[in-house]
Amino acid sequence: MAPLRSLVCFCEGVTTEDVDRALEEGFRDLESLKRRLRVGMGPCQGRYCIPMLISYLSRRLGVPPERLAPPRVRPPLEPVPARLFLGVGDEG
Amino acid sequence: MRIAEHPILEFKRENPHTFAFEGVEVEAFEGESLAAALWAKGVRGLRRVSWGVLGPFCMIGYCSGCLVEVDGRRTRACLEPSRPGLRVGRIGDYVPRLAAEQPGKAEELEVDVMVVGSGPAGLSAAIVSGESGLDVHVFERHFRPGGQLVKQTHKFFGSGELFGGLRGFQIAERLVSRAREVGVRIHTRAPVLGYFKEGFFAVSEGERLLLVKPRAVVVSTGAVERLLPFPGNYLPGVMGAGAAQTLMNEYGVKPGERAVVVGAGNVGLIVSYQLLQAGVRVLAVVEVMPEIGGWLVHAAKIRRLGVPILTRHTVVRAEGGEQLERVVVAAVDERMEPVPGTEKVFDADLLLLSVGLTPESRLLAQMGARMVWSPELGGYVPYRSEYMETSIPGVYVAGDASGIEEATTAILTGRVAGYSAAVRLLGPRRDLLEKREEALRLLREARRTPFSARVVRGLERVIVRVAQ
Repeated sequence: MAPLRSLVCFCEGVTTEDVDRALEEGFRDLESLKRRLRVGMGPCQGRYCIPMLISYLSRRLGVPPERLAPPRVRPPLEPVPARLFLGVGDEG
Repeated sequence: MRIAEHPILEFKRENPHTFAFEGVEVEAFEGESLAAALWAKGVRGLRRVSWGVLGPFCMIGYCSGCLVEVDGRRTRACLEPSRPGLRVGRIGDYVPRLAAEQPGKAEELEVDVMVVGSGPAGLSAAIVSGESGLDVHVFERHFRPGGQLVKQTHKFFGSGELFGGLRGFQIAERLVSRAREVGVRIHTRAPVLGYFKEGFFAVSEGERLLLVKPRAVVVSTGAVERLLPFPGNYLPGVMGAGAAQTLMNEYGVKPGERAVVVGAGNVGLIVSYQLLQAGVRVLAVVEVMPEIGGWLVHAAKIRRLGVPILTRHTVVRAEGGEQLERVVVAAVDERMEPVPGTEKVFDADLLLLSVGLTPESRLLAQMGARMVWSPELGGYVPYRSEYMETSIPGVYVAGDASGIEEATTAILTGRVAGYSAAVRLLGPRRDLLEKREEALRLLREARRTPFSARVVRGLERVIVRVAQ
């Protein structure tokens, strides 16, 4: 039996192989890996994948974790139906 | 399966009812999450994707492993309280529906102190600011307040003032009722979506948006469990140690029959003992380091019950189809790489990861607080004064969001943050300053254990001393 996938990001189904390929393509920092692979853009918003990716990259690239700047955090921090925002700002 | 008998816990199973999952009736009780009821029924894989089935990892509303559709809405099954007659199903291709009803108008709410998260830190901050006469609102994502204390079943050390001798879930009950007694308003199922530069926090509560404008903020958002990359790590049955605690200690649901636990720190050792109490066989505890990380009394307790602790071992892969069936572990060399030929296979349906926690400090990062990476504290944490104020004036941090420790220090940092908020809004009143000093003194005392040495080292780099 072939080994199963090794996931870095559960939300978007990104595997360690996907990360390795992106590294070969030249994506080296978390912000560009996020844009390339959608890591950190799913429902967990990076809570699981980003720490795991920091450890993985730190090992693969031989860079201390504090040198890998985390991707910028933007709202919403939680999944929310967009329609909740419909009631904002239309009072006037 | 539900736990019938437990040596220390009694499960109130009130108001039995059913809901439908994919057309099949599922039995549930009041106060149970859909995820717990589904797990009790034996439903493991909630998310199906083209290449396999994924299971829940966290059970506290952060991972995406329990995303389902409930009456046409997408939600996490672990954050959804069961109610009679709900129609629950796996998520398919998402077709946004036209909303049947318009959402309620966004409502503005001005408060003195906004507390984000209702764990030990948040409730303690809320209580001391509430006692000072301030208008305090706590916002909690889950449907019940208390944070992760609700699944802690061991008795706490310490004096009565720090709830010594009580079990975690009992401490949660005390904190919640004390908070309500002093007029704190606890909003449940009310996640904070972010801070907006117009000066408000957006909170989703019910079917409307709340725009909260606080005069001071305490961020006590806790932590999330760490995950490891290895083949099969997404299989239903692979989960965080804390997720298993939620199932068995909070809901009385057996997380599995045969377990392997990764990590022999205190969490791994305690959860192994709790698995045995819940009637789960623990096949092995594996620890990558040469030595057991947790207290030796905990290790001795599970060893006496026949659980092998394999040091210098790691998990190399998980195997299974619809759910976890086997766990393969191997010895590691001095570079922590698995040594070929040393594999051991366990027929397990549960693999718990207790490999550390990461501070959940995202709200502070989003607000623009100055953050720093601290390996000793578990990840990115905000710089703060010894009074728990972050680089943003009037914004405080407390508990695991400020660095991974434990519940007692969370209570104390919560009190410090709560008094600091009160001092900011009410002036440097002598009684407040004295009580804050007392909380700081207890905090220094609580950090005298050998396990705190690392934390104390980490704190030296993140606490910015300010002249008062």
